[in-house]
Amino acid sequence: MTTTKTETPKLTGTENIKIPYYPGCTLKTTAKNFENSAVAAARALGIELLEIPRWNCCGTVFSLTDDDLIHHVASVRNFIRVQEMNDYGLVKNENRLVTLCAMCFNTLKSTNLRVKNNAEDLKKINDLMYREENYGGKVEVLHFLELLKSLGFEKIRDRVKKPLKGLKIAPYYGCMILRPQEIGIDDPEDPTIQRDLLLSLGADSVDTPYKRVCCGSYQTVKEKNIVAELAYDILSHARKEGAEAMATVCPLCAFNLDHRQKEVKASHSDFEEIPVFYVTQLMAIAFALENECYGFDQNYVDPRPLLASKSLIK
Amino acid sequence: MQENRSPIMDRIAEANKAATTGIDAKDIKDWITIYIMGKAYTVPADLTILTAMEYAGYKFVRGVGCRQGFCGACATVFRKKGDYKLQTGMACQTRAEDGMYLVQIPFSPAEKAEYDITKEPYEASVFIKYYPEVTRCVSCNTCTKACPQDLEVMDYIQAAIRGAFDSLSEVSFDCIQCGLCAIRCPAEIVQYNVAQLGRRMYGRYGQGVPEHLRKRVKEIAEGKFKQDMEKIIKCSTEELRKIYTEREKEPE
Repeated sequence: MTTTKTETPKLTGTENIKIPYYPGCTLKTTAKNFENSAVAAARALGIELLEIPRWNCCGTVFSLTDDDLIHHVASVRNFIRVQEMNDYGLVKNENRLVTLCAMCFNTLKSTNLRVKNNAEDLKKINDLMYREENYGGKVEVLHFLELLKSLGFEKIRDRVKKPLKGLKIAPYYGCMILRPQEIGIDDPEDPTIQRDLLLSLGADSVDTPYKRVCCGSYQTVKEKNIVAELAYDILSHARKEGAEAMATVCPLCAFNLDHRQKEVKASHSDFEEIPVFYVTQLMAIAFALENECYGFDQNYVDPRPLLASKSLIK
Repeated sequence: MQENRSPIMDRIAEANKAATTGIDAKDIKDWITIYIMGKAYTVPADLTILTAMEYAGYKFVRGVGCRQGFCGACATVFRKKGDYKLQTGMACQTRAEDGMYLVQIPFSPAEKAEYDITKEPYEASVFIKYYPEVTRCVSCNTCTKACPQDLEVMDYIQAAIRGAFDSLSEVSFDCIQCGLCAIRCPAEIVQYNVAQLGRRMYGRYGQGVPEHLRKRVKEIAEGKFKQDMEKIIKCSTEELRKIYTEREKEPE
């Protein structure tokens, strides 16, 4: 795993927290900037995100079919790895599993809920995986934002060395961390968790009703223009409300809002490019962490001119 | 297994060097019945599947190779008596058992991509480009269960999906390309060809040229062995033979 050297801060009660962390394939490829910035930011808060050994695909998209248990095997196998981390002493009585990718979060948590509520399903899945130890249903799937909230946004404010003063950010949520409600981390109609985080970093949070409108999701593969139209609405509305950049925690939303701006520009001459951050990149800047973890090269719209104009980077 | 063997079994084992010759059938006390492609054959107990089939009269032109468990040519699929599980193994390494149903899989019809590794980026996308079916993996682990080398096959496919060339190469290194993983995979992934692409990429881009090799190539180019070579070229056959016999050998 790519690591970034950062100083370890002294935070009472939060030193050396080691938590199993599930990356997912996108965080290792097209969203390395999300992972690197999040791992470094977490470390700055005294949290070690420990990548779970031998993790496999989350299952990508929670299967809603009643009898399609094979598509839940992948998630459950990852929960067994968390159990093993406890068995082998990599973590101590730590059943929380932290995710960054919103899609992985949704798939893992939905599957967990299903097998926790359905003993027969769990037994069938455990029987299929007879070579593994049984999954006991103890793992708790957590999104990184929830972990930060449980830590307390005050603590995050204390760690800020370079407040994002004057930076106007519109948080964008998408669907995967909000819906369905049983697994959502915030109010599905009016989420505020990213706003609270952005405020603790010293930024201005710009609220827009488009913060929970679908980004077009996987339509991006075959129907680029559907996504480009949605991105145009979401982004230009945020601009109109005064936002200078967007923040998200979903690699697919980030791709659709950031990289699809190429298509948006082609179809809308009035469109003005707007940078799209992973919220953890903003944390890394506010914590004054070393540059390597920012990963702006992977952003389509370069956010550096904006950051430089606010004297946040050189 | 070895310790409990009766003397007759030892004689049979000895005879296994060529299963169809050696011991007289009247001297064999322990017999088993196996079903090769559904047809029953009575063969001496304690043979491997390969030698049992030869005893039954099969002559292998393909589907056999080293007979030592290294080459991967004699993939076999079988069911044991009273067991619902379909099992896999190398015929030269698996003991024939009474009531076993079996068939050889001498070849697995698999997709094999053509590529030029010098033109591909060292990224996970190379797997998606040539073997997009890797993303269909549901982590069922059937491939791992099928592997006669006991490799964690699913783990290396997962490593491919996330572009972890190092871990893919390490986990798949002992693959003998028998094809049993691909035959069993419900997602129709050709694991062993994916692994080969991964190891080739890792060899070229991930590992770099080892320092000792770089040094030796440089020495050769600078003529370190030129004199010795010229001396050898001028040697007579007799002198060459002497040099060869007295050469420095690696300890065994």
